[in-house]
Amino acid sequence: MNLYQQYPIRLRINDQDRDFDVESWVTLLDLLRERAGLTGTKKGCDHGQCGACTVLVDGKRVNSCLTLAVMQNGHEVTTIEGMAKGDELHPLQQAFIEQDAFQCGYCTPGQICSAAGLIAEGQAKTVDDVRELMSGNLCRCGAYPQIRQAVCKVIGIKEDKPGAASGADGFTTGPVLA
Amino acid sequence: MNPFAFSQARDIDAALPLLAADNARPVAGGTNLLDLMKEGVMTPSQLVDINPLEHAGLDVIEEHEGGLRLGALARNAATAYHDTVRSRYPLLSAAILAGASPQLRNMATNGGNLLQRTRCVYFYDVGTPCNKREPGTGCPAKNGINRQLGILGTSEQCIATHPSDMCVALRALDATVHVKSSRGERAIPFAEFHRLPGDTPQIDTNLQPGELITHITLPDAGRFIEHSAYIKVRDRLSYAFALVSVAAALDLDGGTIRAARIALGGVAHKPWRVEEAEAALVGKTAGEAAFEQAAERILQGARGYGQNDFKLTLARNAIVQALTTAMRGTEFAKRGTE
Repeated sequence: MNLYQQYPIRLRINDQDRDFDVESWVTLLDLLRERAGLTGTKKGCDHGQCGACTVLVDGKRVNSCLTLAVMQNGHEVTTIEGMAKGDELHPLQQAFIEQDAFQCGYCTPGQICSAAGLIAEGQAKTVDDVRELMSGNLCRCGAYPQIRQAVCKVIGIKEDKPGAASGADGFTTGPVLA
Repeated sequence: MNPFAFSQARDIDAALPLLAADNARPVAGGTNLLDLMKEGVMTPSQLVDINPLEHAGLDVIEEHEGGLRLGALARNAATAYHDTVRSRYPLLSAAILAGASPQLRNMATNGGNLLQRTRCVYFYDVGTPCNKREPGTGCPAKNGINRQLGILGTSEQCIATHPSDMCVALRALDATVHVKSSRGERAIPFAEFHRLPGDTPQIDTNLQPGELITHITLPDAGRFIEHSAYIKVRDRLSYAFALVSVAAALDLDGGTIRAARIALGGVAHKPWRVEEAEAALVGKTAGEAAFEQAAERILQGARGYGQNDFKLTLARNAIVQALTTAMRGTEFAKRGTE
């Protein structure tokens, strides 16, 4: 058993087939940043707690720090670099600019990929849903209100009724006691 | 992460011999295992990627013999949002959605959820003693950082809690865990799946070496559809482990209790359920008096370890609140407000 073996893999990253030879322990995050040259995806905690590394795999948002590159062989990965179409920004990117939804910007690629995943999932119907379903992405600058506004704007959820008709299905798990 | 050999299993019969190897582990979502490997807490020499078994039907969620069958490789998100789970098992859906983050729920599988390990800070910190990580080294948690830790079923060796929300609902709903190894198949009642720490805190579950979870079954729970609630109390509003959580379900005949289910998370090494307390509720009028009695019974023998003393009161109040919320109805529980 060769523990240091290299595994040949092919990933479709941002609509391009890319081939790599990787060791078993290389995470998808490290592959993207260090081998694919795509440093838009950020390493925050490296433990799935901050969401800065969020990318889309086969259209679903995941923490790229908690999956191995070899496990994603044959899959399709979309990073922040793949969101815009040429010079035309993704609606979320445009909304983040318009709503001033970032300060330092470190969490922004993860926030935008996460929001793209949220929209594809189609579960967010209210402002509270958006807040809850963006909870996997931390922003230590505290731009949460603007991030929420940007995401709501793209989905078409009106912001003027915060809390109205909350919890379309089970997101609200009851009154919070603490 | 330590170096390890990697392989992918295309069908379950190919996976089982690989998993029988010493220090081999299956990996599916990877959300807990890879994290533990980064910390050096777990150091398998071989990972077997079982995700390709999705194509062998291990990710199927379907109605089954009047109940529900959840594939071990079905993702937590797919399970929580599944039409049948939402409509027939709202307690399970709510519990899953109370856990982790959307990204993690997209990755994490049902089988992996059962096998996740405690988040006790000493277990995670290889620079400290921990009887669960290194048997015989001691338990600093008893007199240390234990805000998150257990108050029921603890032992001298370990006061860790099982971190899952999903498992609390599965315990309340009488799930069965189905496993397979090269020796054959067997079914484990959920109550017997996770263990109390006792003198062997390093062993979390009764899963034997080489056994792989294939699916989880649930009996019909139609009687509880209208009156279910999952209450989770935590240090922040979302994306945090439970200090205390309660899965409560009632079958009501007007104001009278026909049947009750109550399971707690965040308080013990396994989801905590006291069936005598549920039986004592039968025939009683649903309301605070009966719910307080139930809480009393469930928490018999509970003790704090300092930082987590508050959990005794918190658990009592959370049980009453969960039962009160369930009484008012599943729809009320979902809204969380009137």
